[in-house]
Amino acid sequence: MATTMDVTMTVNGTEVTREVEPRTLLVHFVRDQLGLTGTHWACDTTNCGACTLWVDGEPVKSCTVLAVMADGHEVRTVEDLDTGGELNPLQQGFMQEHGLQCGFCTPGMLMTGQWLLDRDPDPDEATIREAISGNLCRCTGYENIVRAVRWAAEHGDGTAAGDDASADDHATDEVTA
Amino acid sequence: MQVPETFDYERVATVEEALQRLSHHGDEARLIAGGHSLLPMMKLRLALPEVLIDINDVPGLDHVRVVAGGEGGGGGEDEIAIGALVRHAAILTDPILGEHWPIFADAERKIADPLVRNRGTIGGSVCQADPAEDLSAVITALRGSVVVQSADGRRTVPIREFHTGPWETVVGDGEMVVEVRVPIRTSVGSAYEKVERRVGDWAVAAAGTFLRMDGNTIAEAGIGLAAVGATHMTCPEAEESLVGGPADADAFATAAGIVSAAVDPTADQRGPVDYKRHLAGELTRRALARSADRARDDSLREDA
Ligand SMILES: Cc1cc2nc3c(=O)[nH]c(=O)nc-3n(C[C@H](O)[C@H](O)[C@H](O)COP(=O)(O)OP(=O)(O)OC[C@H]3O[C@@H](n4cnc5c(N)ncnc54)[C@H](O)[C@@H]3O)c2cc1C
Ligand code: FES
Ligand code: FES
Repeated sequence: MATTMDVTMTVNGTEVTREVEPRTLLVHFVRDQLGLTGTHWACDTTNCGACTLWVDGEPVKSCTVLAVMADGHEVRTVEDLDTGGELNPLQQGFMQEHGLQCGFCTPGMLMTGQWLLDRDPDPDEATIREAISGNLCRCTGYENIVRAVRWAAEHGDGTAAGDDASADDHATDEVTA
Repeated sequence: MQVPETFDYERVATVEEALQRLSHHGDEARLIAGGHSLLPMMKLRLALPEVLIDINDVPGLDHVRVVAGGEGGGGGEDEIAIGALVRHAAILTDPILGEHWPIFADAERKIADPLVRNRGTIGGSVCQADPAEDLSAVITALRGSVVVQSADGRRTVPIREFHTGPWETVVGDGEMVVEVRVPIRTSVGSAYEKVERRVGDWAVAAAGTFLRMDGNTIAEAGIGLAAVGATHMTCPEAEESLVGGPADADAFATAAGIVSAAVDPTADQRGPVDYKRHLAGELTRRALARSADRARDDSLREDA
């Protein structure tokens, strides 16, 4: 049985190649091998969503994806959300509306929330609650998280996200929001 | 930390290659699609494959399209073909399924959560053969079929013969599922009803139904049941009780009573037997009522 394999993938816009065991889960790959500890890891059972990151532009629970399955694909983690060192509108929304207490769920909430805003720049409360239904928060009661996403919808005028290459394709959406 | 036992990983580019690798490895190998049933089982050591064959790159398995009946073994009428790699998220919003069978979107809204739905596939769902799998109940209600391919060609298996028991299917070594088929009908309505403990959980009980109307008379009825220990996930006696009669509250209550008596649920953390038995009937009744409403709308649309 081969013990390790090389995988190459684009992570936050940069191509990386690493040696992994086939059984390595993507969450451990990004945290332990790439040092990107913004992606959290908790329940291990595909329930909590703390490990949410994007594969090919869609949020997935990375405790239930093998790193080898991401070989040749594009991964985006919470570390890539800021724009040139500035918090993006969604991150600012979490600050403005107290969208976090302990912060453990926040990276997953942000990655799911950003995906929602990219597809629907002006989501109503029900849409937001449905979108984040795979991300559990034990602290906030969700009210402030929903408000944080709304804050981003109302303040995401595109200026903050505009200079980031990976945000280009949705910058126009945000202008119309 | 939950991590699977060690295994070898192979990625294949075509169905033929997948079949060749499956034959080569025999029962030591498993296909992996979304991985959202298999990886959790591997983490718990409930599954210990020595080789995983990743089919996510295989082209031509992610379509939803109308095909002429008879193509690949159908029965003459038009069908909707759904590729094995179509993900839950795509089924939820698919316009063809939405137009003909709203039961799919009803069920998908209640399957897991949006993130799981971005990965899990219809092929993985039917092959996992979990008695609580919602899509299997939907396809069972619609009397759909599963297209299984091997090196010798394709065979079409009615969904009601596809599952041979909990977590067991007719798919043999060297075979894989490439498509799910559901028939297209006119003057129909369909619906899915599920009770879950919390958002994203598996069903305590669920029922999906469709009705085909001929004027005010039910011409055809289908019932699919998840998580309640129904043989082949259905209840033929209840279906038969409906055919030839009116689509009214009495008929639905009779069918619901038959379902309640026929199912064989087990008590677990999701609830006791009598509660699940009650739910199976009540959810069948609600799904039938919504199916009838939708069939009425469907007929009105055809008349317009
Ligand atoms: C937290 C959570 C909640 C869930 N809630 C629900 C729910 O409420 N309702 C529900 O119905 N489901 C639920 N699921 C299951 C989900 O729908 C899975 O995605 C689905 O059961 C399996 O699809 P998959 O593509 O991930 O399959 P995989 O895990 O990749 O495979 C499952 C099995 O099928 C086999 N297989 C896969 N594709 C093929 C093929 N083409 N041919 C032959 N064999 C194949 C694999 O070898 C494996 O044995 C949930 C899952 C999770 C993690
Ligand atoms: S750690 Fe992945 S869903 Fe909880
Ligand atoms: S802020 Fe603590 S879990 Fe959400």
